[in-house]
Amino acid sequence: MDSAIEGRAIEKVSIIVSKGSLEGIYPALIMANGARAEGIEANLFFTFFGLDAITKKRHEHIKVATVGNPGLHLATIVGVLPGMPGLMTSYLGHKMEKLDIPPIPEFIEMISDSGAGLYGCQASCDLFGISKDDLIEQVQGIITVGEFYAMAAGGQIIFT
Amino acid sequence: MPTATYAGHDVLVNDEGFLTDPAQWTEEMAPQIARSEGIAELTPRHWQVIRFMRTQYQAKGTGPTVRVLGKTSGVTVKELYQLFPKGPAKVAAKIAGIPKPRGCI
Repeated sequence: MDSAIEGRAIEKVSIIVSKGSLEGIYPALIMANGARAEGIEANLFFTFFGLDAITKKRHEHIKVATVGNPGLHLATIVGVLPGMPGLMTSYLGHKMEKLDIPPIPEFIEMISDSGAGLYGCQASCDLFGISKDDLIEQVQGIITVGEFYAMAAGGQIIFT
Repeated sequence: MPTATYAGHDVLVNDEGFLTDPAQWTEEMAPQIARSEGIAELTPRHWQVIRFMRTQYQAKGTGPTVRVLGKTSGVTVKELYQLFPKGPAKVAAKIAGIPKPRGCI
């Protein structure tokens, strides 16, 4: 059974987005978009702070974490300065635009247009008091973990 | 290197079936390549994308990404995926006889 699965092309991915920082959200979006570009079915499931990526009042303001992020190679004392997250985000944004990587709102719209499904996590929406109206129009629904597993059946699950 | 026969001509292709020499491609080959990709008939909208891919390749040496296609080919991202369900940039490049675009976006 296992060897039959091995070597077979991936036909479906279900990607969980659990973080609300720029560096937490982009990898999931790139993987979802890349899946669709290869003809692979893709669904995105936003949970906990990942919900910010699809929340109307937040999705245009996603920032790089400048504190507690050793990968930035920035002294913590510098990272806490007012305006640093915005500055680093803007710097990265310019670099990404040059590489044809869209800003998060445009990227999510594009991924939705590619036929990928976007879903919010029921438990997280309950926790933060978020309803469907708070989420961007591309979101197809708020679903439970059980519904997520049913949707993910037969494919690969990626947690980010 | 494998070869394929399209519209009565032998062409060189790579392991994924992309033409290795875009100069060997002619428009007569497109419908047959499309059928092998599951597209039964090429509509004028398909052709708009295919010709755009060729023009971009000739100008830049690489095929456009889906984002660029959606912004500049006159066909939206949504329609691109309806026309080429198995991946617009990839499948249109194959039908257009140009290399598969390499990129993560």
